Amino acid sequence: MSATAQSSVVIEHEVGLHARPSVKLTQLAKSFQSRIEIATAAEGPWIDAKSIVKVMGSKTPKGALLHVRAEGEDAETAVQAIVALVERDFETA
Amino acid sequence: MLELVGTPAAPGMAAGPVVRLGSARRRSRVRRAASDEQSGIAGAIAAAQAALAALMESVGDDEAAGILAFQMALLEDDEITRPVAEGIAGGATADAAWSNVMSALIADYESSDDAYFRGRAADLTDLRERVLDALAGTDAQIIAPGSIVVAEDLAPSRFLATDWSGGGLVLQRGGTTSHVAILARSRGVPLLVGVGAIDLDDATEALLDSHEGLLVIDPDTAARERFERRRTAHEDRARADRLHLASEARTAGGARVRVMINVARPEELDAIDPAHVDGIGLVRTEFLFHDRRELPSEEEQYRVYRRIAEWAQGRPVTIRTLDAGGDKPIPGLTRDGESNPFLGVRGVRLSLERPDVLEVQLRALARAAVVGNVKVMVPMVAVPRELDRVRELLGKVVRDLNAAGVEAALPPLGMMVEVPAAALAVECFDTEFYSIGSNDLLQYLMAASRDEPALATLSKPGPAFWRVLRELCEYGDAHGREVSLCGDLASDVGAIPELIGSGLRTLSVAQATLAAVKAAVSRV
Repeated sequence: MSATAQSSVVIEHEVGLHARPSVKLTQLAKSFQSRIEIATAAEGPWIDAKSIVKVMGSKTPKGALLHVRAEGEDAETAVQAIVALVERDFETA
Repeated sequence: MLELVGTPAAPGMAAGPVVRLGSARRRSRVRRAASDEQSGIAGAIAAAQAALAALMESVGDDEAAGILAFQMALLEDDEITRPVAEGIAGGATADAAWSNVMSALIADYESSDDAYFRGRAADLTDLRERVLDALAGTDAQIIAPGSIVVAEDLAPSRFLATDWSGGGLVLQRGGTTSHVAILARSRGVPLLVGVGAIDLDDATEALLDSHEGLLVIDPDTAARERFERRRTAHEDRARADRLHLASEARTAGGARVRVMINVARPEELDAIDPAHVDGIGLVRTEFLFHDRRELPSEEEQYRVYRRIAEWAQGRPVTIRTLDAGGDKPIPGLTRDGESNPFLGVRGVRLSLERPDVLEVQLRALARAAVVGNVKVMVPMVAVPRELDRVRELLGKVVRDLNAAGVEAALPPLGMMVEVPAAALAVECFDTEFYSIGSNDLLQYLMAASRDEPALATLSKPGPAFWRVLRELCEYGDAHGREVSLCGDLASDVGAIPELIGSGLRTLSVAQATLAAVKAAVSRV
């Protein structure tokens, strides 16, 4: 049974998606079964949130609106968890 | 015996055998069956992961752990392992396939407009080499404790993987502000940089003195004895100096000398007791602007300035407006390709060209002035008009803030004395204090670039410098305006007697030299 979920959140981290926040985001994404993608515009391009190369390569700056979508059994939980990570400024919960 | 001179990047002394890094060449590998190549790269990546995991266990600081976590994440990324596997399936050897994928990524980072991403290219190169070493079976050379490591440059992860006890590091290239230099200072590893090309064999005995900036290869008995005497003297001196750390600095004759510290990053304050200093004589604000892709906001700057002012608990904190340009470029702000950046659009010249950036900084400073004893200092002032324009803008931002109901105060405004035209006409400036930037003042007085090692002797203070200092101190005394010195000269223990003798009563020094400077003052 496959579900989809989608949400968005503003990146408030001082430097945007630099190495440290990107590592935390990919680590969290990998802890879910679902396919998870992020984008800086609603129309895409969507990139794999489990890839550090792609996430760093997005060079997402502070203030950007980050769109998150997932597809899979734990899609809803995954999107919520990633939005929560960005909201708490990438601090470990 | 051979003596080489370099730039001290982290103080200390070490004696031991030389270990040259990076000289061993990997033999080229012969391609085996594709399945063997696939398992070869998988094994090499696993070995690299194990090595990084072991490093992460041992490093204490966040900075280093962040680099290692980034490298670890790259090794786990399908976006890297998949094209490598495809390369091998297409007929490449494991090392060629790995190198191609990593080199393309490195080239992408190196060509970024953003200094932060360009800086990460070194972490990627480090990772590429680590896996290639594992693949070739030539594991990283073993560095025994107590060695003097000589290399062209050194990756941070390699630095962190090495047991430096009793040893030291010599880099043929590298600067005093590189990542490795910062790590070396924080870990107390002697580091000498910029010694140039050296041709020497492993296991040659060497003496490293990064107080003096000297590397002695194959020393004779006399050189060894000199080295040991200096080492003993440094150890004895450091012990004696520490006794002065907590007390106010006074000369033998009883004159009070205020000893403040220079701060380049707020984290440096964590290790210092504010009761040990008379204030902060220089906060460099460049750190706020480096390694990022947009300028820092007013709120972000305010939080940093407030934190520093609160740390000082009412002691004066002199914050310098952005001093970019010269040897401190900031992408998107400083000009590229100036033929002579030290004489170019830098310091206040750049600030007045970009008043939008200056205004944000002044607003943050005026707000922080409510919380603590904040003073604002302007770098590279050459003519009165420059300081006047900053003063006008500072007045305007305070009025704007107050009108908007935001708490703000007008902090005292002063100038750096580093341009000879200003140094020779100090009475023309509407300033509340003067602070001598001795590094720049010396290079401009002597017309000798401070980053040219061949001119190092010209950068020492001579009669012209001492006359400028004496006259400035006399003028400041007569008119009730504070004069301080915040360049490297204030941290030079040998220069303290002449600085005090010239009338200087406020020094702002590198925090590592605080005890030594206070002790030196007590001997004047």
